[in-house]
Amino acid sequence: MARIIVVTSGKGGVGKTTTSAAIAMGLAKKGHKTAVIDFDVGLRNLDLIMGCERRVVYDFVNVINGEASLNQALIRDKNCNQLYILPASQTRDKDALSQEGVGKILDELKRDFKYIVCDSPAGIEKGAHLAMYFADDAFIVTNPEVSSVRDSDRMLGILSSKSRRAEQNEEPIKEYLLLTRYSPERVKLGEMLSVDDVQEILSLHLLGVIPESKSVLNASNSGTPVILDEKSDAGQAYSDVIARYLGEDRPHRFIDDKKGLFGKLFGRK
Amino acid sequence: MSLLDYFRTSKASSASLAKERLQILVAHERSSRNQPSYLPQLQKELLEVIRKYVNVDQDAISVNFEQNDTQETLELNIVLPEHQNKTPKTTI
Repeated sequence: MARIIVVTSGKGGVGKTTTSAAIAMGLAKKGHKTAVIDFDVGLRNLDLIMGCERRVVYDFVNVINGEASLNQALIRDKNCNQLYILPASQTRDKDALSQEGVGKILDELKRDFKYIVCDSPAGIEKGAHLAMYFADDAFIVTNPEVSSVRDSDRMLGILSSKSRRAEQNEEPIKEYLLLTRYSPERVKLGEMLSVDDVQEILSLHLLGVIPESKSVLNASNSGTPVILDEKSDAGQAYSDVIARYLGEDRPHRFIDDKKGLFGKLFGRK
Repeated sequence: MSLLDYFRTSKASSASLAKERLQILVAHERSSRNQPSYLPQLQKELLEVIRKYVNVDQDAISVNFEQNDTQETLELNIVLPEHQNKTPKTTI
């Protein structure tokens, strides 16, 4: 049975698109046929992070409006043939997405794909609502920072009351916490909320901690999901996330400050 | 973190301040999230009705919604002006 995963946060700039690209690639690399959909109508960016911006011909809204078939709009990823991208439209029409239209496309995708990753836009407007409405699982992307944690909690409230599963009294959406841009050194200095702090406030199942990493910007610069950078800490952290999501038991890495005594005494930033 | 940092006196960390503020805020927002959506309108209309008969202030009426495992309680609290020497408290 196909599963729909929404990657959401409420707050912008916390790493939703980076995460969507990484986990979609991670799932596909494990052999699961995966589609990743950009719900940020008007501000399309997933194509750029996935490195397929020059291959976009048709988009999500074209398919909803019947101007193109799903197969015409889906872009096969250049690194992994199990992964397909459905780009967002650049239209400025706010009502371009409809619940029926999105529902129909997701139903069609469910027949062919194992995982459907929905990259939510920031905010709690229509795009964000539709991205989470049909979800089975939710990845809540949170930065260890007050406004992000607050918005994540607000998003949890919306997931538990406004989603299809909530409205139809089905089993609730499974919610997972993904803490991104984490800096163990700053946590140790008492300058940043720790994993435990955030978990205590949000009481969510922790799927992974992605450390603040240069590799994330490098990955988006080149248009390759950071999970493909297997040497990088962020890439490894996303691989762990996928393994845990698929049921493997992996200890959390990148949570503790690894700098040795030498580093501490003659500290580099 | 450098050698110098070890000699600086440590203040209350900003992270613990953040945690404390968030815990209070999140608890407050969660409790209001579970309230029925009609509550603000109910409060407004009740106030209008009461003010037809008694001259009470805007903030003299409070409507609280509480929820536990077995029941939901809607508590309505009206503070009448002092000269009427009565402060009835009504719980629905």
